[in-house]
Amino acid sequence: MAVIKLSALDHIFEKYEEKKGNLIPVLHDIQEEIGYLPVEVQRYASKKLGVAMSKIYGVISFYSFFTTEPKGEHTIGVCMGTACYVKGAEDILNRLKEELEIETGQTTADNKFTMTVTRCLGTCSMAPVIMIDEQVHGNLTAAKIPEVINKY
Amino acid sequence: MAKKEILICAGTACLSAGAEEIKDRFEEEIKKLNLTEDYEIKTVISNTGCIGPCSLGPIAIIKDDSTFYGHLKTENVERIVREHLLQGKIVEDLLTEENGEKIEDFKEIRFMKKQKRIALRNTGIIDPNKIEEYIERDGYQALKSVLNNLTPLEVIEEIKNSGLRGRGGAGFPTGMKWSFAHQAEGEQKYIICNADEGDPGAFMDRSILEGDPHSIIEAMIIAGYAIGAEQGYVYVRAEYPLAVKNLKIAIRAAENNGYLGSNIYGSDFSFNLEVRVGAGAFVCGEETALIASIEGKRGQPSTKPPYPANSGLWGKPTVINNVETLANIVPIINQGSDWFSSIGTEKSKGTKVFAVAGDVKNTGLVEVPMGTTLREIIFDIAGGIAEDKGFKAAQIGGPSGGTIPKEYLDLQIDYESVKKVGAIVGSGGLVIMDEDNSMVDVARFFLEFTEDESCGKCTPCRVGTKRMLDILEKILEGKGRRQDLDKLEKLGNTIKETSLCGLGQTAPNPVLSTLKYFREEYETLIKQAEEVN
Ligand SMILES: Cc1cc2nc3c(=O)[nH]c(=O)nc-3n(C[C@H](O)[C@H](O)[C@H](O)COP(=O)(O)O)c2cc1C
Ligand code: FES
Repeated sequence: MAVIKLSALDHIFEKYEEKKGNLIPVLHDIQEEIGYLPVEVQRYASKKLGVAMSKIYGVISFYSFFTTEPKGEHTIGVCMGTACYVKGAEDILNRLKEELEIETGQTTADNKFTMTVTRCLGTCSMAPVIMIDEQVHGNLTAAKIPEVINKY
Repeated sequence: MAKKEILICAGTACLSAGAEEIKDRFEEEIKKLNLTEDYEIKTVISNTGCIGPCSLGPIAIIKDDSTFYGHLKTENVERIVREHLLQGKIVEDLLTEENGEKIEDFKEIRFMKKQKRIALRNTGIIDPNKIEEYIERDGYQALKSVLNNLTPLEVIEEIKNSGLRGRGGAGFPTGMKWSFAHQAEGEQKYIICNADEGDPGAFMDRSILEGDPHSIIEAMIIAGYAIGAEQGYVYVRAEYPLAVKNLKIAIRAAENNGYLGSNIYGSDFSFNLEVRVGAGAFVCGEETALIASIEGKRGQPSTKPPYPANSGLWGKPTVINNVETLANIVPIINQGSDWFSSIGTEKSKGTKVFAVAGDVKNTGLVEVPMGTTLREIIFDIAGGIAEDKGFKAAQIGGPSGGTIPKEYLDLQIDYESVKKVGAIVGSGGLVIMDEDNSMVDVARFFLEFTEDESCGKCTPCRVGTKRMLDILEKILEGKGRRQDLDKLEKLGNTIKETSLCGLGQTAPNPVLSTLKYFREEYETLIKQAEEVN
């Protein structure tokens, strides 16, 4: 794992210096930049923001969007919203688990994909859908899954 | 001269029906007849959906006179170009026929006719990243007239008179909410737009933010003026990156044009707006949890009272309104409260946007006057049940809502009537199910969602939903017992009565309402289980 240069994150703390309630926006920006929120980063944020470690950990563990584990190259989000569920999202999820040999929340051995389930992505008319990074793939069937992931 | 536009829907349904070929053919024919200077072909598709009448695809709309051609075939394109575009004659025999009548105007086809677009007036029509397009359609005029002609109390009166009620779920009168915050003591006040859109099958808020962000910005400035707030926040869920992006672009444009910032329109009123992104927690849609989240804390709800109108963000008086609620403000100011209150039913005024999903022919957003019946929404607008199967039930209001069976197809959808049959309008998620769906499984789906999203702060919700889910799963696995149904009901009612916030107070609804209307499905599963053992 690459060593994280903490001072490289200082611009984020500066950006939100004046803002009230800036913990969550800061965590968002850090995660966007380095992909996850490891303990040393949490400790650094605690010092920079003057917020207790316990509070930072409390926030990170509460919100499902934050992760303390590094993610694979691509993130697959399987929509488990109502429309997708009714149209067979579970079959899609099961097929993905089979193809990638991982459970939800895990990363493949080659570090290529991390699989998560998401709430409604707002593209219900194409249900069932999955989102790979920012790209939505719609009208899926379990049989189409290999073809979709082979593109990556 | 600007080119006239031909709109071709490029939604998934239309594409699979051959929209691409239709578009190519149009381009060819237009070139052949030297009309390229006059006409332009525009394919329409946004991230949130298509033009809508999927069952008529592929479709083309001649924007100039709003003529609608459905079920297009490539071999017919030539005639439309020659007769309609060149000679100005509508091609009668290619028009869509409904109830034995040829329909010319897009607004008159059944899909559109029963709709009334107020909150969705601009989405899909204007470019959200160009403030000029919003201004062209009377944008920021309501703000101007409010600042020049109305006192804050007069604005609140106007909203009260309109009868507008919150579209985020509870249906609380918006004018009244504003008035409480206006009266509350305090120098510093806040206005928050709730764009957390938690219902797992709803996407109207996303569609409005992505497609018409200025209408929300303008409404928030007006709300700020009315209650005396100079700072606003839009809380958007993390799953909506495009909404965040378009909103930020719009805020910058509004600042550059002087609609946000100090001394707006030369008045002494100043207002600023900031976007806050959620981090994936359903409960953060609940207003007290949302406030905690903006403050940088875990998004856990707190007991009310005090209500946010008196003590909200950082303890200051705060108004929280849903996106769709706010999308109605500008039209009310521009067209008057009398106009608005003439739409809808006695106690539910205006329109409601529904996200129609599931087993219907046209899925997507529809906006109808309050009081429209379920039958009109499903059969006239959504085109009926897919594959012409039978209708079984509609699930309305998402995880806090309930199921409406066939007997109530003619129910008028408004806050009161829906409540009477044991569901809620909620945020407007509407899932239509055909006869093949298992209602027990649908109930399990929603309960699993709330159980997973329970923030864990209060025991009835945390432990109770888990217990209910265990029982449901047991029944679905074929291990159910007769007494389980009573247990489910008892547990459900206890959770409703004793939970801290709306999440727990409504979580049992999908189970209780399917037990009420589809009890025999539960019983069948249990009977099968008993026979096996
Ligand atoms: C568990 C829970 C989730 C909620 N989620 C949302 C939501 O996603 N969006 C929303 O606008 N309101 C949501 N609400 C309702 C809000 O608490 C609040 O009533 C609403 O934002 C007020 O706005 P309105 O008066 O304009 O409807 C939720 C309520 C509960 C109890
Ligand atoms: S339910 Fe999957 S996109 Fe809406």
